[in-house]
Amino acid sequence: MSKEEHAGNGHTEDLGFWRKYIFSIDHKTIGKQYLFLSLFMALVGGLMAYYMRWQIAWPETAVPGAGWIPEPTAYDGIIPPEFYNALVTMHGTIMVFFVGMPFLLGAFGNFLIPLMIGADDMAFPRLNMMSFWTIFLGSLVMIASFFFEGGSASAGWTGYAPLSADPIHTGANWGMNLWILGLALEFTSFLMGGVNFLTTTVTMRAPGLSMFRLPLMVWMQITAAVIFMLSVGPLIAGAILLLLDRTIGTGFFIAERGGDPLLWQHLFWFFGHPEVYVVLLPGLGAIMEILPVFSRKPIFGYRTIIWSTIVAGVLSFIVWAHHMFVSGMDPRLVMPFSITTILISVPFAIVIFAFMATLWGGSLTFPTPMLFAIGTILTFIIGGVTGIFNGSAPVDIYIHDTYFVVSHFHYTLFPDVFLGGFAALYFWFPKMFGRMMNETLGKIHFWWTMIAFNVVFIPMFVLGLGGHMRRIYNPLQYDFLKPMQEMNQFITWAAICLLIGQIPFIINFFWSLFKGKKAGDNPWNANTLEWAAPTPVPHGNFATVPSVYHGPYEYSLPGSETDWQPQHLQSGPTTSA
Amino acid sequence: MLDWFPKNISTFGAEIDHVFYLIFYIVGIGFLVGEALIVYFLFRYRRRDGQKARYVDGETWAQSAWILIPAVIVLVLDLWIDFAGAKAYEAVKGDTPVAEVVVQMGSKQFNWIITYPGPDGTFGTPDDMVKENDLHVPINKVVKLLLTSEDVIHSFFVPVLRLKQDILPGREIESWFEATETGTYEIACAELCGYGHYTMRGFLHVHSDEDYAAWLAKSWPAPEAEPAAE
Repeated sequence: MSKEEHAGNGHTEDLGFWRKYIFSIDHKTIGKQYLFLSLFMALVGGLMAYYMRWQIAWPETAVPGAGWIPEPTAYDGIIPPEFYNALVTMHGTIMVFFVGMPFLLGAFGNFLIPLMIGADDMAFPRLNMMSFWTIFLGSLVMIASFFFEGGSASAGWTGYAPLSADPIHTGANWGMNLWILGLALEFTSFLMGGVNFLTTTVTMRAPGLSMFRLPLMVWMQITAAVIFMLSVGPLIAGAILLLLDRTIGTGFFIAERGGDPLLWQHLFWFFGHPEVYVVLLPGLGAIMEILPVFSRKPIFGYRTIIWSTIVAGVLSFIVWAHHMFVSGMDPRLVMPFSITTILISVPFAIVIFAFMATLWGGSLTFPTPMLFAIGTILTFIIGGVTGIFNGSAPVDIYIHDTYFVVSHFHYTLFPDVFLGGFAALYFWFPKMFGRMMNETLGKIHFWWTMIAFNVVFIPMFVLGLGGHMRRIYNPLQYDFLKPMQEMNQFITWAAICLLIGQIPFIINFFWSLFKGKKAGDNPWNANTLEWAAPTPVPHGNFATVPSVYHGPYEYSLPGSETDWQPQHLQSGPTTSA
Repeated sequence: MLDWFPKNISTFGAEIDHVFYLIFYIVGIGFLVGEALIVYFLFRYRRRDGQKARYVDGETWAQSAWILIPAVIVLVLDLWIDFAGAKAYEAVKGDTPVAEVVVQMGSKQFNWIITYPGPDGTFGTPDDMVKENDLHVPINKVVKLLLTSEDVIHSFFVPVLRLKQDILPGREIESWFEATETGTYEIACAELCGYGHYTMRGFLHVHSDEDYAAWLAKSWPAPEAEPAAE
């Protein structure tokens, strides 16, 4: 356990470069490793989106900046259908599993959980290190999959069998096997991470820190970890069966060998829907920390939020077949799943209403983290309400597998992973790296991202309602899609703008890392324990184990001189940081 | 009405569109009210001198009613949407009405293989006719499709019919429609089925009664063919 680890390793200063920065067992370093990995993979995923969007807008023309890709993957920058399908597949896989999860759970879960509960590290620091290196290996395997004959996986990120179950259907052989292997490594990594998150939170909380005094970010992280661990089993089993189908000729998902293609979809979505909330909850958790700080007000309905997210987590296990309304499963199953799906809007509506009620009556300031937090709420609502259309079985018959669905899930995941993730990064950057990020660049980044994102995805709803199918290599093949081509081109320009809008962030990130204004221990006057640790946080975190006397959001207490009440101080703060 | 959809030429399409607009107006109003309130709060409660934040933690029932009552309204609207939808879904995917035309809609990478039973009305007889990518049907008649696939999952999608149905290898899936307007419309594959997925395009020809009779007569000119009576 962690105490022995620290005793055995002595102080950080004694460790060499490799043990300190590369094979570190310090949760903060591991969190930063996840952060860098996820930001790098986000660039890879974004580049794929650019190639894909260019091909859709100007089919079979050379993509500027794709000339370096060797044949037969691309031809002088012209993307063939096989590569396009691989881009579609890998963009989804990378953004969900190698950006969303490592960014929100890997980086912020690892960095924040021990600090927020007043612990010196994770319960199992070596397992923590292993979890990072496992997903790192998974990322390498994913990227390597492009370099095999037949290209990378090209059956969609959902990998529907039998397209995915036999190499003859796509031509991708080892590329697809590696895709399965890379995912298996990712799952393994987050299983180890989940065990760590849970054990740490349950056993290592500071004295006085009851479960209902935990910051909501910790609640969201462990709820997400539990949802992940309970849902991923069937998919791991499914992935093994799929690999056996592909390699040794079994037929679990192949009809002519006695299997059933629909089985894969059940296994995939039984995991796939809860997975959405695995990614969603930590992003919302960041918002739940940021709103009270910049409203100088307690979060509204702390316990209500916890119970709502738990209810949503439970419901998420009985909604999976809403991805399968037209799949050919028994139609009598459709209405029950449609009802559970639409019902899941209730707990999330409560969370959003709680956010609104938190803003009400506050004393709001708008530094970059708060802007991103509010942007998350405003855009996530669109993702939420458009889910009702998909959840309605008759409407889904028409909009299933169209751009409406694509736009809907980008409206849920992008605000959560990127807007929420950026909010978290701007907010906790001072604690992670000891320096403040630049506000001007941050605000440019916010407005640019916010506007460009909506300009990309609002028109995409309209395309979907016009019947535009997703994953279509060249829309000009269809007469009814030709009138929509101008809108496709418009969306691609907007998507390029959205990508360029990340340059201010990249500059800001690296500039602030080295040259940013030095941050104090608690630059935002926030209550939770991570701000009680010194900046930069030493190995072992706290000089003395903090005791906790208050809930996490005691801002503007009546009768208090200051408008905040740190969790670890018995009475009000003596100085303003 | 807003003009986002392609025109509708099926008997059940209007019901789907109706459910869509019902949801659109319900969530549209909710969305506008929600966003407007947030933006109003951002202006109204921005930091100002002499205005302190109120200590309200929402832990009492009286306070949490402010978020729970709107949630109950959401629940009621949800159920309304669900029950309105159930009827429309039943109309499309429920039991097939008595069909007057039955066609086998086969599929493989990357073509639609359409088998007509011919004048004898049964499949597997010598007068079956197989066509690639062209589906001929009469107007105002219930057409039953028997969907099959030879290799991977495809999806039969005709936007103007508002009809989509995935096709699973190893099964025969039934679907139906009744077209209300003559013309030629595109059939698309809506499920990624491989590198040629985007080329898997077919045509739905909806004929008037006379044209359909003429097409039948032309397609089965053999002497033993019965006159295309209907």
